[in-house]
Amino acid sequence: METPLTRHISFDRPPYNLSDYEKTGGYQALRKALTAMGPADITKTVQESDLKGRGGAGFNTGMKWSFVPMTGDHPIKYLICNADEMEPGTFKDRMLMEGNPHQLIEGMIISAFAIQANISYIFLRWAYKKAARLLRHAIDEAYAAGYLGKNILGTGYNLEMYLHTGVGRYICGEETALLNALEGKRATPRTKPPFPQISGLFGKPTIVNNVETFCNIPHIINNGPDWFKSLGGGSDAGTKIYGISGRVKRPGLWELPMGVTMRELIEVHAGGMANGYGFRGALPGGASTDFLVKEHLDVKLDFKSVAAAGSRLGTGTMIILDDHTCPVGFVHNLEHFFAQESCGWCTPCREGLPWTEKILLSIERGEGRLEDLQLLDMHTRFLGPGNTFCALAPGAMEPLQSALKYFREDFEKHINQKKCPWR
Amino acid sequence: MTTLETLTAEEITEIDHEIALVPFRKAAAIEALKIVQQHRGWVSDESLRAIAGHLEISPDELDSVATFYNLVFRQPVGRNVILLCDSISCYVMGYEKIYGYLRDRLHIGFGETTPDGRFTLLPNACLGTCDRAPALMINNELFRDLTEARLDEILDGYH
Ligand code: SF4
Ligand code: FES
Repeated sequence: METPLTRHISFDRPPYNLSDYEKTGGYQALRKALTAMGPADITKTVQESDLKGRGGAGFNTGMKWSFVPMTGDHPIKYLICNADEMEPGTFKDRMLMEGNPHQLIEGMIISAFAIQANISYIFLRWAYKKAARLLRHAIDEAYAAGYLGKNILGTGYNLEMYLHTGVGRYICGEETALLNALEGKRATPRTKPPFPQISGLFGKPTIVNNVETFCNIPHIINNGPDWFKSLGGGSDAGTKIYGISGRVKRPGLWELPMGVTMRELIEVHAGGMANGYGFRGALPGGASTDFLVKEHLDVKLDFKSVAAAGSRLGTGTMIILDDHTCPVGFVHNLEHFFAQESCGWCTPCREGLPWTEKILLSIERGEGRLEDLQLLDMHTRFLGPGNTFCALAPGAMEPLQSALKYFREDFEKHINQKKCPWR
Repeated sequence: MTTLETLTAEEITEIDHEIALVPFRKAAAIEALKIVQQHRGWVSDESLRAIAGHLEISPDELDSVATFYNLVFRQPVGRNVILLCDSISCYVMGYEKIYGYLRDRLHIGFGETTPDGRFTLLPNACLGTCDRAPALMINNELFRDLTEARLDEILDGYH
């Protein structure tokens, strides 16, 4: 089984510095891309590889790049790495940045060249102090070696790279909100269109991709689209960094072929449920995805199959609900997070999420009424897709609506017994 | 007194460096807030006015940015800021116990500072280390796989 992204990651030794990285073939893809391929060639190769964005939305990466204007007068374009990773339960990009920072930087340089951007940013969440330190060092090394800066590899191509650390706000992970944050403003999302590919940072054409997405680029350039497709085991190409947190024997991260089943992930890689705990459900891809339950254990974890099962692959990092944890408390915790992190721009989300949170809290405390369940149902519709300015509120409704479906009896028990049966 | 007098020469140099990297002064707002907070621990009304003056924007406009972000402190904080993850994986793995223990030992709740100024306790969304939950951060240091038993030892390391 091939693991291109993590093959050179080991936390038993310091992460690769530039010369270690070069010894393992690092920056060969950059050389190939800049000297033997042109921007159009790179974009086409990435598009053909069917690499889908690994930040959660799952859109074809090369296709996204192809919307950037390549003719006409566009002296300034930007390339941005979204390394905000604030979705609760998601912790995969940390490993990639701490484990092999040059892999990300190489992927970004190739991608920036493909869209002919001359300025790039890594938007890193503030809590990733170690990643910040390692990335800063790696960026300096890349400059010193002539991979960044002026006239890269003698090709006349110039690229600057900056590390920007956030000041903590989940909404910064939304592509257009991130642009506002980089412009020094409140991170409220922007209307689309215009899409950032046309008018993004400071009004210039901009591409924003996730860390894991960029890390795939050097390997696709080195080995070609067919090789990349052959890595996937389901309907998607490539490998995926999957993760599990919660009451399993070995929580953690694994790079596996796209389309591994939930069962294999939980039982083989995470070693099964922790002693004394049973499986009740899981959010397959972070806090804003719908629960999957026992009947879904054989679902393949690729974008299509998870969607067919009624959820989203999201970030591919799964949070387990065990049989000792109150599902109402679990969902209350999630809605507390979303209510707090709502940017407040649009009314349904600003008002509806705190309301949802309050109802859940009262049910959890044994002060709920049966009508509250209808109110919650109502919220899942009113805050659902199409009713708010961005995807935060609909995302917040995904775990709630599925909990109301699969764990309704737990909600009713709270109301009937006037207490939380788990405490 | 002009508003500019309250920024130190060092702060101004650092902020000007950020301004040089962006197309207009205002775009350095968040960086400027971060720089001042780094030097002073928090951003007082007075500092905010000084930064706004230097960026040539109104203090209200800058405050709307400052209050948007969770980690720009608009109130004084203690010497050590404890950020306890209260998100889902830490919830499942028992963050409430950790919170209870901190509350009992420090006699403060979320948003409060010990009278001796040693600790401020704040809730924080996911620290991105969910496989090693529960987790907290003190200043720049991350602690994971927390147990109540380990907390004393951790806290004793901060004065
Ligand atoms: S849905 Fe929520 S987060 Fe998104 S724009 Fe509206 S208020 Fe902001
Ligand atoms: S939920 Fe606590 S670190 Fe992610």
